[in-house]
Amino acid sequence: MAASKKSLSKDMVLQAIADAFKKLNPAVMIKNPVMFVVEVGTLITLLLSFQPDLFAASSAGRGYNIAVFLILLFTLLFANFAEALAEGRGKAQADTLRKTKSETMAKLVQKDGSLKQVSSTQLRKGDIVRVDTGEIIPTDGEIIQGLASIDESAITGESAPVIKEAGGDFSSVTGGTRVASDFIIVKVMTDPGESFLDRMISLVEGAKRQKTPNEIALTTLLAVLTMIFLVVILTMVPMADYLDVKLDVATLIALLVCLIPTTIGGLLSAIGIAGMDRVTQFNVLAMSGKAVEAAGDIDTLILDKTGTITYGNRMASEFAPVKGVSQNEMTLAALKASVKDETPEGRSIVEMATKLGETFAESEYGSAEPIEFTAETRMSGLDMPDGTPIRKGAVDAMKKYISAKGGSVPADLDEISNRIAKAGGTPLAVSIGDRIYGVIYLKDTVKPGLKERFAELRSMGIKTIMATGDNPLTAATIALEAGVDDFIAEAKPEDKIAVIRKEQQEGKLVAMTGDGTNDAPALAQADVGLAMNSGTMAAKEAANMIDLDSDPTKLLSVVSIGKQLLITRGALTTFSIANDIAKYFAIIPAMFILAMPQLQSLNIMDLASPQSAILSALIFNAIIIPLLIPIAMRGVKYRAMSADRLLTRNVLLYGIGGVIVPFIGIKIIDLILQGLHLA
Amino acid sequence: MAMGFVQVAITLVVIMLLVKPAGTYLVKVFSQEKTGLDRVFGPVERLLYRIMGVKEGESMGWRGYLGAVLLSNFVMLLLIYLVLRLQSHLPMNPDGIGNMPAGQAFNTAVSFITNTNWQSYSGENGLSYLSQLLAITFPMFTSAATGFAVAIAFIRGLVGRKDDLGNFYVDIIRSITRVFLPLSFIVALFLVFQGIPQTLLGAVHATTLGGGEQTITRGLIASLESIKHIGTNGGGWMGTNAAHPFENPTALANFVHILCMMLLPTALVYAFGLMIKNKKQGWAIFGAMGFIFLVMLVTVFVSEYKGVGALDAMGVHGNMEGKEVRFGISESALFTTVTTAATTGSVNNMHESLTPLGGFTALAEMMLNNVFGGKGVGLLNGLLYLILSIFICGLMVGRTPEFLGKKIEGKEVKLASIALLIHPVVILVPTAIAFLSPNAMSSIANGGMHGLTEVLYAFTSGAANNGSAFGGLTANTDFYNIMIGVVMLLGRYVSIIAMIAIAGSLAVKRVVPVTTGTLRTNTPLFSGILVVIILVIGALTFFPSIALGPIAEHLAMPK
Repeated sequence: MAASKKSLSKDMVLQAIADAFKKLNPAVMIKNPVMFVVEVGTLITLLLSFQPDLFAASSAGRGYNIAVFLILLFTLLFANFAEALAEGRGKAQADTLRKTKSETMAKLVQKDGSLKQVSSTQLRKGDIVRVDTGEIIPTDGEIIQGLASIDESAITGESAPVIKEAGGDFSSVTGGTRVASDFIIVKVMTDPGESFLDRMISLVEGAKRQKTPNEIALTTLLAVLTMIFLVVILTMVPMADYLDVKLDVATLIALLVCLIPTTIGGLLSAIGIAGMDRVTQFNVLAMSGKAVEAAGDIDTLILDKTGTITYGNRMASEFAPVKGVSQNEMTLAALKASVKDETPEGRSIVEMATKLGETFAESEYGSAEPIEFTAETRMSGLDMPDGTPIRKGAVDAMKKYISAKGGSVPADLDEISNRIAKAGGTPLAVSIGDRIYGVIYLKDTVKPGLKERFAELRSMGIKTIMATGDNPLTAATIALEAGVDDFIAEAKPEDKIAVIRKEQQEGKLVAMTGDGTNDAPALAQADVGLAMNSGTMAAKEAANMIDLDSDPTKLLSVVSIGKQLLITRGALTTFSIANDIAKYFAIIPAMFILAMPQLQSLNIMDLASPQSAILSALIFNAIIIPLLIPIAMRGVKYRAMSADRLLTRNVLLYGIGGVIVPFIGIKIIDLILQGLHLA
Repeated sequence: MAMGFVQVAITLVVIMLLVKPAGTYLVKVFSQEKTGLDRVFGPVERLLYRIMGVKEGESMGWRGYLGAVLLSNFVMLLLIYLVLRLQSHLPMNPDGIGNMPAGQAFNTAVSFITNTNWQSYSGENGLSYLSQLLAITFPMFTSAATGFAVAIAFIRGLVGRKDDLGNFYVDIIRSITRVFLPLSFIVALFLVFQGIPQTLLGAVHATTLGGGEQTITRGLIASLESIKHIGTNGGGWMGTNAAHPFENPTALANFVHILCMMLLPTALVYAFGLMIKNKKQGWAIFGAMGFIFLVMLVTVFVSEYKGVGALDAMGVHGNMEGKEVRFGISESALFTTVTTAATTGSVNNMHESLTPLGGFTALAEMMLNNVFGGKGVGLLNGLLYLILSIFICGLMVGRTPEFLGKKIEGKEVKLASIALLIHPVVILVPTAIAFLSPNAMSSIANGGMHGLTEVLYAFTSGAANNGSAFGGLTANTDFYNIMIGVVMLLGRYVSIIAMIAIAGSLAVKRVVPVTTGTLRTNTPLFSGILVVIILVIGALTFFPSIALGPIAEHLAMPK
């Protein structure tokens, strides 16, 4: 996806210009009712350019008709160019992806265990393949045997390989990625043409782009406005005729095109495509535009604490001895309990103890038997060669363990562990033999800047809920520190679904992130589910967005993009309609001035001549489209603020601005036309 | 002018004072709350339900409700048509009036069932007393009640949780028994006191002092006048409508007429706020409508007082042409603004004789069709624009637009678009057709820009179900009878169908809770946006026709 990061290249612009002409095909244009009307008008003025008296004897000269024709043609081309340009970026990405997709050979594992070389296109769901170092994984699947580092840069752009292994939440592999070391046996999970890469290509290319619900609603409104103006213009002819005013066909078409919402009509699909593209540039893959729009409507965000709100690697920050144990004894006990612990937590304990001056002899523990952490025992440690057990673990589990061994639980243990839990830390009790020495304070750090983001979300009316496996006390502290609105402590996957359902019952739209298979039902239940690319296939399939960088905080950016998408449409619609006022004041006096000189007082812009007035309005109508392309592509500026302030701001900018700008613009164009003696 | 200003101000203050009590009463009527009045009306209503076979508690989905509206209106339409066609054979015809021709009967039947009350006939010599009662006064009650019922059903859809819009038959009966009948009765008594005739006797033949023979028509005028304004109907007993001394004899009667016209349309907006449990929302809409009303009022008021430059030069100040001396300019200006705002359509002065800008105002209010508007449908049109405003503004705050927690999506926008489209189409297309037909153009009394306005006004009045006539145009021709008839039908029922369908669609939507990210639609800011959207969409749609008619005429006036 390297291409997407670059801004517009010259090639893309040239391609878009070529596409703008190709899109003039009426069969394509008819999908956009507003611009289709412009195209019909363009064709009529083309005929009038050859035969000015085609419909009725006309006072308008051939030159004028040609001028109207050319401006209309450019209006169409500008609109097509905007769409083509937005599509171009997606196409460039798709091309890059397609290169990875080129047919590869796969080693199919047959029933007797032998390998057979087949083309990747021949693989079907359920087939088993072997992939060795340096080979491309032929299609999406789950590792059923082995562990390998996988280079996923083709999809994510991230060059550091990731470790994938059979079983657990990191077993899914994506077709097109490369095994960097070791080998894996993969069970194929998709049939040809349905793989992740295939879906990704069709998504970024916008080939199957479906209009989103809001876009459909807006298109309807624009089509109706177009119909209304069509009626207005057509019915004006007999009325004017009654007053002995002969209206020129080219002028009528010019007025019609000026009035129908061509600005938003021409940019609407570009806005949609560009919105999706912005999501893709964040390395988030949305399965549909609908999902992006829904993200803008989100009322509640459910975020996992670990990895999303906090870094997730809990570090030792204190060794708190119980009464009767010295600090050094406690530090040593903590060190001893962790020498065989290779988890980040364990290593941080060793590191901190070493820093505090405690040492241990490697030989002393060489023959000690490590005890792994399990979900049942909720403790880990080692048994010394002499049989002395050294343990550390969850405080309540340790209390039971010590009592069972006949030891006594120190009186101040609860007090210390509560203090740590309250401070948001994780307390781990340490014991040697049947004696508890103290509590290790594991601290989880909240990512910087999140508190501000949550405050922003709150001002946007979005509630954040933190889900964590921690106990309520710890959860409450972290929640306070991070500034989330609510939390689910000791959360099991079912709890998440329950919370989602409860929020949805109240009519709220809920978004969540997840990666594990047990997150899949909740991801499916949520209105917006963002799955991590590192997660399982089940999670990715249940979600409607996938984050290729596996960074759950991206959900916040997606919400902003969704809102920005809607705001851009609303703002440009408002702008487009507001523009009509000035255009009326330019064209209506110009049309009738000869027959009804009194209408001169409506010519408030003091435009030089009727022809110049009409052409100026039409030119303004055309060039405003390319001028607004940057806004359509980038989206209007969006800052988190309350709906009322947002509305005030956008109404001033695009509503009032939309009324004023064309008055100035049309006047300037009129002056230029005068200066060049063109009309 | 100062005196006129005071008169107008007093009237407006009284209207405002009545908004709250009347609105509160309306909510009681339609929320089926138990009230002390049950003892008075209950037995009558229950008897009616039994005769009609209506189960009081039975609720209707939007399709059922709409079906009941259309069916009952169609049956009444047929009845009215038959009465008009057969009136010479029916009783209560002391003046021996003949049957109405088919085209005119179609026009009149449609006109009264749609609450338009466009009159291509002249009541005093075109209708028997039975026709006045059955074809005119009867639908004045039912059409107003239908409009009310539809608006209430829409509100129920807005706040509802399931597809249950209430029971149309119960709504229509309760609005007649509890609102229109009692109110009309009281007002009719007052009008009789003011000198309006109420008799079954035929016309009086009198010999004038000069020895000439004169026929003075009379009839059941007071009872018709009361419901004419309470139901914002507008069809007069006499051809000259409320300018006739028997319809509007005194300044006090005029004052009561104006109050009656404004009472229920304004109260309904307040009632809307109460029913959706968001009074501020009601006032926000009231504010937008009220603002436009005031702008329009000031325009007519000032432009009639300013009068015509040419006459001014001759020392005649102010435009008194077509106005009754007993009302003067201010009461005429107020009446014009009120009758076109509330889509009543009765007139106490001739709109054709208004200054171009005065005529423009009357036309503009009907083109907008939601400045309080007619019984129920005015509120519906206001809500239609509200939905469109919410759609555009909702996008601008970055959420799928929602109103009262219900999302405005493709289906609602599509239906709202139909309702938005139909109004300009049924005004502009027939106007254009009229100017393509030499036959239709021969009906025009004054040529040029004023003639254009005559035709435009006729179709606008029909489409808005207003019924006021600009005058000048000879509308009793087959062309206008049939065209305006069709325009009235489309103008009323297409938007009713679309709006009830929207209500049905909104009723079953899940409600989104309000957050700070929600667009608040009950703020002054939003009222302002609503005003702008109403005016801009109206202006964009009708600017060319208005520019060719009244605006060009105004600009052509010698200074």
